[in-house]
Amino acid sequence: MMDFLSSLGDMIASVPFWVATLRIATPLILGTLGVLICERAGVLNLGIEGIMVAGAFTGWLAVYHGAGLWTGLAVAALTGALCGALHALLTVWLTVSQHVAGLGITMLATSLASFAYRVSFPQVSTPPTIQPFAPLAALQGIPLIGPVLAEQTALTLGAIALVPLAAWFIYRTPAGLALRMAGENPAAAEGQGLDVLRVRGAAIVGGSALMGMAGAFLTLSAFNAFFMNMVNGRGWICVALVVFASWRPGKALLGALLFAAFDAAQLRLQQDGGALPYQLYLMLPYVLSILALIVMARRAAYPQALMKPYRKGER
Amino acid sequence: MRLEARSRVSRGAVLVAPFAAIAFTLAVCAALVAWAGAPVGRTYALLLEGAFGSRFAIAETLTRATPLILTGLAAAVAFRARLYNIGAEGQLYLGALAAVAVGGLHDGSGFGLPPALLFPLMLAAGAAAGALLLLGPAWLKLRLGVDEVVTSLLLNFVALLFVSLMLDGPMKDPMAMGWPQSVAINPDLELPRLIERTRVHAGLLLASGLAVAVWALQRFTRFGFALRAVGANARAARFAGLPVGRTVLLCALLSGALAGLAGVGEVAGRAGYVTLDMSPGYGYAGIVIAMLAGLHPLGVVLSAVFVGAVMVGADSMSRAVGVPNYIADVIVATALLAMLVATLLTRYRIRWGRA
Repeated sequence: MMDFLSSLGDMIASVPFWVATLRIATPLILGTLGVLICERAGVLNLGIEGIMVAGAFTGWLAVYHGAGLWTGLAVAALTGALCGALHALLTVWLTVSQHVAGLGITMLATSLASFAYRVSFPQVSTPPTIQPFAPLAALQGIPLIGPVLAEQTALTLGAIALVPLAAWFIYRTPAGLALRMAGENPAAAEGQGLDVLRVRGAAIVGGSALMGMAGAFLTLSAFNAFFMNMVNGRGWICVALVVFASWRPGKALLGALLFAAFDAAQLRLQQDGGALPYQLYLMLPYVLSILALIVMARRAAYPQALMKPYRKGER
Repeated sequence: MRLEARSRVSRGAVLVAPFAAIAFTLAVCAALVAWAGAPVGRTYALLLEGAFGSRFAIAETLTRATPLILTGLAAAVAFRARLYNIGAEGQLYLGALAAVAVGGLHDGSGFGLPPALLFPLMLAAGAAAGALLLLGPAWLKLRLGVDEVVTSLLLNFVALLFVSLMLDGPMKDPMAMGWPQSVAINPDLELPRLIERTRVHAGLLLASGLAVAVWALQRFTRFGFALRAVGANARAARFAGLPVGRTVLLCALLSGALAGLAGVGEVAGRAGYVTLDMSPGYGYAGIVIAMLAGLHPLGVVLSAVFVGAVMVGADSMSRAVGVPNYIADVIVATALLAMLVATLLTRYRIRWGRA
């Protein structure tokens, strides 16, 4: 037992552990912020899993065809925004089931990405690669956290910087207030002269753009190629993390980091030839997400109008 | 743009909706086929021929439709009570594992029981495995208000890893040369073939029979009434004294059991053993099938044949003209979204311009 605790201590004190944690956390931070913005406006967006796949693919494809890495990221965001626009049309204006529409978007975006990949590369045995974002070696000199940050790319730092920005937007700007009103009490928002449908639509488009970028991190920074099942449930985990975070950006960052730390730890234990079958380690992220939902269930303060379509003049 | 409720929903419109959705889907996907550089007309003709063009093609389509009917029913029953079971994929795999646990371990000796007893035991085990996997999310929804969509989705990943664990360990087939494959079930437990020299098996009859049974259950029993009432308006149902919680839990057991049976059918009717790729997303396709059928259990049989035909036809078309067979997944996903809109339009009218 003491052995185990001391090796755990060694791991937590090690630079590679924190490097891995931040890397794993990045797509979760971006995706969770995306879901959070949609849900704050009152709309569940289960399209995230597929939007991440589509963003990972289009961002990578743009870079593969010679675009710059930042252009690739913009392409991924645009792809996400387009998927979001479809989700908004279906759920906000046409008021169909948010659950089923989101799943449909996921199925459509995933299958379209696979289809387009096969059309673009009919016969490849090894996935074509790109030159991904480089680590920020210049940050090496910062005391204490320098060695960890120097291994990260600009996308990771950008994702972390986005958290206070999102919090400021949601709590301190008129647009953020409109967003929250649309998710808490759309009828009152309408009474204040807000166009609830437009606010919700804009939130979904913006949130989905973040989801597209979350996917692009995988192909443009974490790896250098596109694999069909590379998102592998990360989108669903983001949906769970938003509940865990009580719809607050700061807590979302905390949740993503905590979750990523667990994931980094299980990866390390797996590499050390852990005593248990590797499948049990791989189950951990999904089981943790479910546990997070259970633990937070009683305290969850859902946006009051979440999943309630708004139809003018109807109660 | 705004919606205006129709004063009455016409029966004709409800019946036409799925066909309109499918026609729209095929029109949209034609653009993708053209982009892939294939002649659209010939591609669709090949798809149709691959699905229905010969005795063998029809048999393959029906074989593919068999698990789809069951996962479609699983979704239809659950969605009727507004229990969004997205975990049919995992439930299918656990059902398949349970079938092997009963019919395949101990060299298929089946704990010394005769096949006549072991066969129903195998079905029951598969159904129970699927049912239990959904019971957790349903209970969490009722007791703690945890969204069952996310929990049942996440359990799909856990279930698949559990299958992988079993195929590496206690259920591993030592003769499979390192492929992750379970031991085979006792041949006496396999479902009989329906047509000579094809793969259609008696699971098709079982699945269709269950569709009729589920329809009758919903239509004629007290439970079926409660199920529909809870789905229509849970608060009103509770106010009227219906046992809402019990109905949702029973519905979860039924839905999970149907998905688990889909797994049993794949093991006992087709492969004989479990592999990690035995389902190309049957669980997720079940959602589309249920929606296309308007959640009607008998309609599920028809829409399962449609989705099965798209899958089989796309495989055969892809070999001929080189359009990637992922077009099948695109068609299925687009059909789902189109059907959502088509269903809405049966109940609402779109008015352009501001109110």
